[in-house]
Amino acid sequence: MSLLEELLAATPVLTDGAWGTQLQARGLTPGECPDQWNLSRPAEVEQVARAYVEAGSRVILSNTFGSNRVALAGHGLAGQAAEINRAGAAISRRAAAGRAKVFASIGPSGKLLMSGETTEEELRAAFSEQARALAEGGADALVVETMSDLAEAKIALEAAKSTGLPVVACMVFDTGRNKDRTMMGATPEQAAGELAACGADVVGANCGVGIESYIAICRRLKAATGRPIWIKANAGLPELVDGKTVWKMTPEAFAGFVPQLIQAGASFIGGCCGTSPEFIRAVAGVIGC
Amino acid sequence: MPELWKLHDAILNGDAKTAVAVTQEALAENVSPLELVQKYMVPAMDQVGQRFECEEYFVPELLLAARAMKGSLALIRPLLVASGAEPVGRVAIGTVKGDLHDIGKNLVSAMLEGGGFEVIDLGADVSPEKFVNAVKERGAKIVALSALLTVTMGSMKNTIQALKDAGLREGVKVMVGGAPVTEQFAQEIGADGYSENASSAVALARKLAAA
Repeated sequence: MSLLEELLAATPVLTDGAWGTQLQARGLTPGECPDQWNLSRPAEVEQVARAYVEAGSRVILSNTFGSNRVALAGHGLAGQAAEINRAGAAISRRAAAGRAKVFASIGPSGKLLMSGETTEEELRAAFSEQARALAEGGADALVVETMSDLAEAKIALEAAKSTGLPVVACMVFDTGRNKDRTMMGATPEQAAGELAACGADVVGANCGVGIESYIAICRRLKAATGRPIWIKANAGLPELVDGKTVWKMTPEAFAGFVPQLIQAGASFIGGCCGTSPEFIRAVAGVIGC
Repeated sequence: MPELWKLHDAILNGDAKTAVAVTQEALAENVSPLELVQKYMVPAMDQVGQRFECEEYFVPELLLAARAMKGSLALIRPLLVASGAEPVGRVAIGTVKGDLHDIGKNLVSAMLEGGGFEVIDLGADVSPEKFVNAVKERGAKIVALSALLTVTMGSMKNTIQALKDAGLREGVKVMVGGAPVTEQFAQEIGADGYSENASSAVALARKLAAA
């Protein structure tokens, strides 16, 4: 049985929540590169991964969201890309300890192809290097996530596919009156169609403006493709309270939307910005695992 | 006489090559540069903004239009400067300290340039001191702050505080934007304006420049 068949035998599959805020709680400072902690503070990174496994995640990601060399260059760390990715995948694998699968994270470059800030060749090289290193580090699958530009998503997806691992590809829908487009204007139907045609084994949506807005997005993705759907939504939008950014949505309120997501066809469910192991535990309670 | 409406349409359609060609032709035939800007180019960018609001246009079309506008302006600006015409305003823009994300900032920057503003792009991870210096030494009248990370939104507040501490706050307008930023947040930190996207940032900057 393939990895995906094995997981999808019992749906929905619970994934994980946010990592950045969990690392901040352990001392990561604003502006510091979270991914570098895979080398400098591996124990803390492993604690975050383990917290999700203990909360009930059957799939955890990795602390490699910004570990492509284009994004790392902003921190002067491009030369350590392979090492950071290998370490990130290995940390998640240790934390999973056979109780969860590791779907290693590949985030965007942070540069726009269209305005010439980066090139297709540069992106292809960066994502290929990252995908290879994540596979070497022991990832079970790869997740191309938080993409705003289909062109970049497809380059990352092709690079990820070349490892032979299953690949999830998901985008952010947060633009337009109905918050149902990517930044570059793609609809869920376009995204699902093009990502599936490029070989994505699972397609989906993550981040965005809040879990309630992803119910309709999920339904539209599901209607547009036969592939399983992956949804990792934000806990709403943050607010500023006494100079600190806080998400006011509670784990229970977040989990309250999960039945609708399941009904809308989501096969993989987790959280993005503003979520924590408590949110995953609350979702676990709702889906009964 | 060149058909000047073609300049308008070239910008609206994001056709930089035609925009530049028509501009060259018009200038060679002594059409007033100011007339080109005011009658054809700015209205075209306004229409681009309207199409964006109506969701006929998205970021790719904005970028192409801004690029066409910029191509024409590059030919026109030296003539405007020589004739003593001032830019609409001078904006210092940057992603705040601790935040390396610059896609949104670059989009706003391109749209402001397309809107006739002189833009001082300070880059990403910009310290409050750098914004202060851009106001003090380079005469920026508008400071535009971008943040993508929720944890760096506090840097916006710190930048406004630094402008106050330097005694410069009265003389500048501060506008803020970025995915986690809201109108309410803008008010709380004492910014003069918030815009939700790159297109409405131009309208906001115009309003602030006129105030």
